[in-house]
Amino acid sequence: MAYSDKVVDHYNNPRNVGSFAKDTPGVGTGLVGAPECGDVMKLQIKVNLDTGVIEDAKFKTFGCGSAIASSSLATEWLKGKTVDEAAKIKNTDIVNELKLPPVKIHCSVLAEDAIKAALADYREKSGSADAPASSK
Amino acid sequence: MLKFPIFMDAQSTTPVDPRVVDAMIPYFTEKFGHPASRNHSFGWEAENAVDRARDQIAKIIGARDPKEVIFTSGGTESINLAVKGVAEMYREKGNHIVTTAIEQRASLDVCKRLERQGFEVTYVPVRPDGLVEVDAIRQALTDKTILISVMFANNEIGTIQDMAAIGKLAKEKGIILHADATQAVGKIPVNVETAGIDLLSCTAHLIYGPKGVGALYVRRKAPRVRIAPLIDGGGHERGMRSGTLPVPLIVGFGRAAEICGEAMAEEGGRLAKLRDRLQDMILSKVDEAYLNGHPERRLPHNLNISFAYVEGESVLMGLNKESALSSGSACTSSTLEPSYVIGALGASAELAHSSIRFSLHRFTTEEEVEHVGARTIDVVKRLREMSPLYELAKEGVDLKSIRWKAD
Repeated sequence: MAYSDKVVDHYNNPRNVGSFAKDTPGVGTGLVGAPECGDVMKLQIKVNLDTGVIEDAKFKTFGCGSAIASSSLATEWLKGKTVDEAAKIKNTDIVNELKLPPVKIHCSVLAEDAIKAALADYREKSGSADAPASSK
Repeated sequence: MLKFPIFMDAQSTTPVDPRVVDAMIPYFTEKFGHPASRNHSFGWEAENAVDRARDQIAKIIGARDPKEVIFTSGGTESINLAVKGVAEMYREKGNHIVTTAIEQRASLDVCKRLERQGFEVTYVPVRPDGLVEVDAIRQALTDKTILISVMFANNEIGTIQDMAAIGKLAKEKGIILHADATQAVGKIPVNVETAGIDLLSCTAHLIYGPKGVGALYVRRKAPRVRIAPLIDGGGHERGMRSGTLPVPLIVGFGRAAEICGEAMAEEGGRLAKLRDRLQDMILSKVDEAYLNGHPERRLPHNLNISFAYVEGESVLMGLNKESALSSGSACTSSTLEPSYVIGALGASAELAHSSIRFSLHRFTTEEEVEHVGARTIDVVKRLREMSPLYELAKEGVDLKSIRWKAD
C-alpha cells in the first residue's frame, strides 16, 4: 500500500511534536488508544484563557504513519480555533485531507477522539462549561 | 556503492540467482516438451530434466530416493497436500493432529479447516525463545493422533526446532511427522533420514529459485506414507499431484537447490556474521530493543527485534524509501492483527506491534547491513522522540498501570 504525499509529508516533517506541562492553566490533555492495539495518541491544547482561542497544540503518537499524520494534522488545524470550533473537527475531514484508505480510517477516528479528550480535559480543568472558550 | 532500495526481506521471497535463470531458459523454448510424453524425444528430454531436479532436491533434504520428491506449486500447496492428504488417508485411524502455535498461516489455516470438518487439533505453545518442548508435544499426543506437523525453522523469528528429537518421538509413537521446512531448506542442513521426517514441505522462491514451484517429500519406506491427493487428473507425481509439470520452474528449483547445497556452509557463515553485526549495532545503540526468538538456534540470515514504544509500520515507513523489511505490526498484516508468532512468545501485544524482521540473503553486502543498521537506529530514535509511551516510561510511569481506552 502506498501512502499519500500528505501522509508522507506529515510523517517526515511532523508538526508540533512535543508536550506541555499538564498542570499549566489552559492546557488540556487527551491520551487515547492503547498500546496493545498498536496506537496511542497524546494530544494537548493550550488555550488562551482570555480569548478562549487555542494558541498552541502539541502531540506525541505511538502508531503507524497514518496515525502520526492524523495527529500532526490535527494539531495544525487546532491552532487558532476556539474550543467550540475545535470540537467540530471530524475524523472524515482528516480522512479527506490525508486521503486515508479504508484500513486507516481508525487512525482518523483516534485523532478525533484525542481532540475531544483534550477539549474535555481543558473544560474540566477550567472549572465548568462557563469557561471563556465555551461562553464565547 | 550502495544501490537502493536495499532488499532485507528475504524470508518473504528471494531474487532468482542468475545461474538459476540460465538453467531455466532453454526449457521455455527449445526444450519445451511435456515430461509425460513417453513416445518422443521432446518428452524424454523434459522428463530427464525433471528427474535431475528431483535428484537435486532429494540431495539437499537427504532423501534416500528421488522418487520421494513430489512437485507442487509451492510451499502452501505442499503443506495443504501433506496435512489434508494425511487427514483424509488416515481418518479411520484417528482424527487428532498436533502442531504448534507459531506455524505459518498455510499450516494454521489448513488445521482450522480440518477442525471444521471434525478433526481435533492441538496447538502446542512455545517457550519464550520460540522453541517447542518435545515433552509438550509428547503430552499432547493421544491414541487418535495421526500427524505431528511442525515448522523446521520459523519465518518470523528464525528459531530452529529440534526436529531430530521430534522425529524420534514420532517414530517411537508411530505417528507421521510433517516438517514445514520452507524457511530451512537450502539455508541450514536438513536431513529427512536423520531427523525422522516423513513429509517435508519446501519451496523454490525462498532459495533463489522461481516463484510457483515447491516440493513435498513423501517417505516411501519405514514407514511408507500415503496421502490423498488434492488435485485429481492425469495421475502425475505418482498420483499424488496431477497436472502438467512446470518444467522450467522445476529445472530452476533443482539448480537453486544444488547451488544452495554447494554454498550453504560458506553462505550461512557469512550471513550469520553480517546478521550478528547488525544485531550488535542495533542492540548496543538502542535501549529497550529486544531480540525475538532463540539467540543461538536460529537461521543465519534472520534477525527479529522489537523496539519498545515505537510501532513497526512507522519504523518501516521511515526506512522504506531505501530499504525493504517487514514487521509484525497489525498495520502490515492482512488480518490487521499483530504477529501471533511474537505473541506466542509471551511478549506483550505492544511488542508484537513493534517487531521488525531483517532477513539477509545471498546478495546482501556488509555496506547494506551498515546502512540499514544505522538508518534503523535513527528512525527508532526519531520515533521515540514522538512516542507518548516512551515519554511516560521515561517519566517512570508503569504503562500497565494506565487504564487505556481501547477503541
